[in-house]
Order: sequence, then structure tokens, then C-alpha cells
Amino acid sequence: MLALEIGWGTTLAIKTLVVLMIIPLGALILGYVFLLKMMSHMQSRLGPMDPGGFHGWFQLIGDGMKFIQKEDIMPDGADRRVFAGAPAVVLISTFLVFLVIPMGPDLVVKDLDVGVFYALAVSSLSVIGVLMAGWASANKYALLGALRAAGQLIAYELPLLLAVTGVVIQAGTMNLNQIVIQQQENAIFGVDWIGNPYILTQFVGFALFIIAAQAELTQTPFDMPVAESELVSGYMVEYTGFRFLFFFMGEFGTAFAFSAIAATLFLGGYAVPWVHGDAANWIGPFVLFGKLMLVAFLMFWARFTYPRLREDQLQAFAWKFLIPIGLANLLFTAFFKVAL
Amino acid sequence: MPSAPDFELERSAMRHLADAQINVELDTGDMILNLGPQHPATHGTLRLVVRLDGERVLAADPVIGYMHRGYEKLTEFRTYPQVTTLINRIDWLSSFANEVPFVHAAETLMEVAAPPRAQAIRTILTELSRISTFILFLGEMGLQVGALTPAFYGFRDREHVLNLIEGATGGRFHPNFNRIGGLKDDLPWGWVSETRQVMRMMLDSCDQFEDLVAGNEIFLQRTKGIGVIPGEIGAAYGVSGSNLRASGVDWDLRRDGPPYLSYPELDFKVWTHPDGDSFSRYWVRLQETRESVRMVLQLLDGLPAGPVMAKVPRIIKVPEGEAWVEVENPLGQMGYYVISKGATGPFRVKIRSASFSNVSILPWLLRGVYVPDVVTILASLYFILGDIDR
Amino acid sequence: MARKKLPGLIGGLGITFKTMLKPAVTVQYPHEKEEPPTRARGVIALKEENCTVCMLCARSCPDWCIYIEGHKEKRPPRREGGRDRTVSVLDRFDIDYALCMYCGICVEVCPFDALHWSPEFEYSEHSIARLLHDKVKLGEWELTVPEPEPLEIGAETGKKK
Repeated sequence: MLALEIGWGTTLAIKTLVVLMIIPLGALILGYVFLLKMMSHMQSRLGPMDPGGFHGWFQLIGDGMKFIQKEDIMPDGADRRVFAGAPAVVLISTFLVFLVIPMGPDLVVKDLDVGVFYALAVSSLSVIGVLMAGWASANKYALLGALRAAGQLIAYELPLLLAVTGVVIQAGTMNLNQIVIQQQENAIFGVDWIGNPYILTQFVGFALFIIAAQAELTQTPFDMPVAESELVSGYMVEYTGFRFLFFFMGEFGTAFAFSAIAATLFLGGYAVPWVHGDAANWIGPFVLFGKLMLVAFLMFWARFTYPRLREDQLQAFAWKFLIPIGLANLLFTAFFKVAL
Repeated sequence: MPSAPDFELERSAMRHLADAQINVELDTGDMILNLGPQHPATHGTLRLVVRLDGERVLAADPVIGYMHRGYEKLTEFRTYPQVTTLINRIDWLSSFANEVPFVHAAETLMEVAAPPRAQAIRTILTELSRISTFILFLGEMGLQVGALTPAFYGFRDREHVLNLIEGATGGRFHPNFNRIGGLKDDLPWGWVSETRQVMRMMLDSCDQFEDLVAGNEIFLQRTKGIGVIPGEIGAAYGVSGSNLRASGVDWDLRRDGPPYLSYPELDFKVWTHPDGDSFSRYWVRLQETRESVRMVLQLLDGLPAGPVMAKVPRIIKVPEGEAWVEVENPLGQMGYYVISKGATGPFRVKIRSASFSNVSILPWLLRGVYVPDVVTILASLYFILGDIDR
Repeated sequence: MARKKLPGLIGGLGITFKTMLKPAVTVQYPHEKEEPPTRARGVIALKEENCTVCMLCARSCPDWCIYIEGHKEKRPPRREGGRDRTVSVLDRFDIDYALCMYCGICVEVCPFDALHWSPEFEYSEHSIARLLHDKVKLGEWELTVPEPEPLEIGAETGKKK
């Protein structure tokens, strides 16, 4: 990258460090900016102001520290290893997604040719984590909540997939780095100074992706499995202390990951149209960060405005509304790709 | 026992056994679930014991009394001004409206009429407390169905009305402003113009709630057709107020009951909705808030000058007799039956509170609904625990 | 009223976005403070010279939170040849703010205008016992009692209280 001779071991160490740090950092940033500050201002209030002195930036870090020092409690009849493993599965699936997201032309941990396929496959591992949490909790209502959540997550995988497939068809490749380069280089209807971010042609796909990502994260308006903890315990009910912290980090880390994928697939990722080569390596991460925050803003904006759908209405929405639209979008994309 | 294992049979038998095991694990049939007494969905310490079959409620039983404070017993040992202080706290969100029927009953027994200015100011303050409690309802029902923001808007907009009430009476939540024969004090300088400004803000707030909550398709899906109360059944259970008007029954004590306060001189519309579901209860309260704003503006325009207190002796002894006064409170119909034996305090006060009867319909209403809808229905009925338990 | 009809989902997003851009309404207590209205019932103040130990306030308190003790003293007559006077002297006048429900009956009932409302509200204590304010402390609150405000148009002036 900088024409430095970095050995294989050092590269591996740097990559591991980046991936490990990105989830807590991403979760912290998203949590602070959107959950604490944006939500507060949407509700005409200020959010935390005192911790850390300047607009309460230390609040989440303090919360994290509090969770880590709590006692590790496990229910009596719980399956110990599965119980402990569930948050780990959810977190690990999020970490694995970051392996393929490019932050610059050379700044990608692993430039997989099936990058998109890998990212989607790995992100759906979190369903297993949810089920593990429900089964291992030795709590009938946790189990019901977990099954409900798993049903929702699986149902919304399909619109996610259909949205992404539209982009893949238009790009002709599943390699995320190539997709970004294509968006940078191509022209749309002859205009090429902004490149061809796929949001312009795949706006339906973008909308589908955002909605499906919202449901994957069990955020309002699709948070019945988690809000059900008002009435009937959700799958996370028996989790306290640092295990709960892992779930929480997993949720915001996944939000970070999905926003990054959406920014890469639809908004052009790290690329700015007129910047190439080494300069792109330097500003790439920041550009990606900016676009990612935009996508996350949309998701959290909807989260704080809408009430939640009931579970059966949620499933009906996915199967009877989103999936037909996704299929139609796929058809149109394929048609235009071949015809034009 | 066949010598060679029959794979087909074994495989299907295994599958059935596995299914049976899952069914046993998942069998919730006739689970008893306790909603409350501490619970974010019930507005206070209401305990709802529901018997569930999977997702559906088979039977529901409200268990009340966790906030019983013994009001009717307390009033036996207090003088009339002291009772007025206490009964503020029955329905604490619309606290001024609780005092009015009691003071009216005492004035009936004493055959004293409050001067017209006092009646007008009492009406204004009653309608202000109606606005404040309904604005909170409009926001807080959004919270119960999952939207976080409307609740904050409810509290934020309500502050303006509470500041008005504090400016006039000295207390935001517990005004303690009524006296037998009139009011404690007159209004402070500038209150009328401030109230006009706040009423304009309330209209904007209602518009905001209409856009944010009532127009939201997800909210409509969650509340339309949920918890339908047919008009006759509601009336039979004693449901009153906006809940009954949302089922199409055109009944409002401000217009239809014996005249009290300044309502006979006011020109207002009674809002009803034919559906009787949770959305119509929300809609009726939204319209009633706007109607209350119009009523307050009318009253401010026609505020008569004069004293706010009639001539009553220093130590008030109410002559012997019994009086029953029922009025249209924000939560429904509230009534006081006051028995006096000529002392400085009442002999016995019976309080008919609106939420007690509104909640009595829950066993009938909650049969066969989904568990998430129970929360929606409880939110739409809008009871206050202090009003149920007294 | 004619308002443009956007789908409710979009309209809702617009409202939250507009609210986000407006300043927040939070008053960051204790760094910023709001002024309560003049009539706000914060704390009761005692003007000791006016009190004649008539006990009306203690009797009319719904919570019985006022504790009064007094004794009678003989004073010399005002004029030559007159009778000896007896005055009531206030020994103890405590209001227990842990019990007080801020109803204001004592202030209203006092015939000698010895009790007044003050909008002060920042007197929380770490121990409940310190919420019993004796007559010295109640006298200090007198300094915070505001002037009664003028009344609205149409009110009858010249009436006491």
C-alpha cells in the first residue's frame, strides 16, 4: 500500500486487530451518535451531557465498563456451554462480515470473489445464535421468543438476498471491491462525472435492503421479539452482565456491518469518482464511514419514528409484500441488463 | 421384532418422536401469565391475570386494589377544605376535574351558588386539565404500540398547560383551587393572553399527533379492529366517557346531564365514532382535545368580571342532607354522593370513579385476543390506577 | 383544515426530522434553572410577629404536620391605669415538610397573615429529620416570599387575599 515491505505475519496481525477493533468502535459510534444523541434530539431532549464532560461521549464506554464488572449469572437448568456460546456466535458472525468489506482499493482483509455471497451467508449465522440463546435459557417464554425471532430473521433474509442480487446482476460480479470500482468507473445514461452508484437504478433494491436490514437487526418497526420482553420474555431475558453486552455489541455491530454493505453496494463504498490510486487508500475509510453513517441514519430514523408491527403482520409484510417486489425488481434488472 | 431394521418405519417413528418432544417442550396450553402489578404496559399497579393458550388469551382477570388509599374513609374525618385537598389525588393527571363535582355537591347542600366568574374559571381549568391529560394520552398510546417518540412529545406539550395551571393555582398537579362558594384566588395578570398562546400551541400539537401517530399506517394496522366494544355492551358494563363515545353512543354529561359549571352557555360538539375499536378511542380523544381548546377560547372571550367567591361563613358547616353530582371527567363519568350531618366535614362520601367501571369490561373484552393486542387495548381504554383504586 | 396528505409513514418521518433540527427543550438543572411562577407552592414561610398562637393552622392541616407550642405571658398595660395584658408567645412552630402535602390550607386559614407561600423548592436534605423546619428556618424563608402579583382584568380588586 505505501510501498512498504510488510511481512505476512505483520499484515495478519494488523488485519486481525482492525477487525477486532471495528466492532466495538462501530457499536460505540453508532450507539452514541444515533441512539443517544439523534434519538434524543428527535424527542426534543438532549441525551447524556455530563459523562466525560463534553456532551456525554463517555456514557456508552461507562455502560460497557459497568456490564463487564457484573456477576456472571446463569439460570439453574440452563445448558452451560450453549448458553455461553450463543452471544459468541452472534458476535463472531458479525466479525466475519467485516472480512470482505473494502475500505480502499487495497484495504480489504480478504478480497473474495464471492464476497457478497459470503457476507450474506455469514451474517445469517446469527440466527443460530438466537436459537441457541432461546433453547439454552431453560425458560419456556425465552424459547418462544427465540423461535419467533428466528422466524422473523429467516423470513427477512429473502428480501435482503433479492435486493442484493439486483446489484450483482447489474455489476456482473460478486466481488465487493469490483462492485465499488464498477460504480466508480461506469457512467449512467452517458453522465459519468458521478460514476454510477447503484442506488440510482436500484432504488427499489436499496429500499428493500434497508427494510430487510432493519428486520434482521430486530429494530422497530420489527422489534416484536425483543419488545415482547414487555409481556413475554424475549430470547435475551436470561442474559445479564457481559453476555448481554455481547448481544448489544452484536446488534450495533451488525447495524454497522449492514450499513457498510449497503454503502458499498448502493452508494459506491469507499470510492469518490475522481480520486484513484493511493489517494483513494487514504481517504477511502473516511468516505466509507460517511456513506455508512448516512445509511445508518435512515435506519435509525425509521426506528425512532414508527410503532412496531405485530408478529403475524410482520411475516405477512415480508412474504406477501417485500418478496414479490424483490422478485419484480430482479426481473426488471435482468431485463434491462440484457436489453441495454 | 424384525431381524433387519425397517429403515422407513424407524425414520418416520423417529421424526414423530422428535415432533412430540418439541410439542411437549412448547406446550404452553393454559399457561397463567401475570401482567403486573409492576409492568410498563399497565398504567400503574394493575395486575392482569391472563390464561393463555399459546398466543391467545382464554380468560383475563383484572386484580385491583394495589393502590387503595382509603379515600372514602379518609373523608369521614376531614373538613370540607381538607377533603378538597385530598381528592385532587384520585385521578392525578386531571386533578382539577376531581375537585369540581365534590365542591358542586357541597354547594348544592349549602344552597350557595358560585359567582359566574368563578364558574367560568372553573370550566376553563377543567378543560385545561382535560387537554393536559389527553395530550399525554395521545403520546403515550404511541409508546405502548412501540413508537418511542410520541410519548416525549406528549410530555413536552403538556408542560405548557401545567405551567398555566401553576400560574393560576400554585400547583402543577394538585391545584387545590376550588372552595365551597367559588375559587381560592383570581387569575394573575396576563394569564388570559398566555392561555390563548398555549391553546394555539395545543392545536399544533394535535396536528402533530395526527400526522405522527394517527396517520401512521403501522399504527392503524395495530389498532383498527382491535378491542371492539359494541355500544350496548359498553353501556351495560358502565364504560363511560370517550370510550363509550368511540363506540357510537352519543352521550356526554356536559351536554346531556344536569347543568353544571358554564357548559350550558358553551357551544361545543360531542364527538363520536361508529367503530368502537382502539383506533376510534384514540381518534375521539384527539378530536375532543381540539374541542376543549375551542371551548377554552370561547370561555376566555366571554370571561365575566366580578368576584370569584360567594358570601360564605368562615367556618363552613354544611347543612344536613344528601347530594349526588356526576360530571364528565376526562376519564369518564365521575360522581360524588355526599351525605352531610351538619358538621364541618362530610359524614360519608361515596366516590364513583370512571376507571373502575371502564376496567370492569376487561374480562369480556380480552377473550380471544392476541397477547400483543392486550397492551394496545389497555392503552386505548386509558385508565388511571388512582381512579380505579381510590 | 386543509393540510397536504402525504402517506402517514412519510409524514411521521418529517415530523421527527423537523423536531431533531429544533433546539431541545431540556433545562439542564442544576446548571440552568427555571423560574417557577409567583404563586408556586414551594415552601411555607412564617412571620413570627404576626402569630398569636391561635392554632387555626395546626388544626386545619389535613396531615397534622404543624407543631405549635406557646405560653401566655403577662405584659404591663399600654396606658396608665389599664388592665394587665396577656399575650401569647410562640415557643415552637415547626412544620414537618416530610408530611406536608403543600395544600395551602394553613396559609389560607391564618387570620393574622402570618404564613406565606414562597416559590423556593430547593431544600432537599439527606436525612428526613432535617425536613422539620423550626421557626427560625421558617422565618428565613420569609425573605424569599415574592410580592403578590396584580390580578387579571375583570377581577374584583380591594378584596383581602
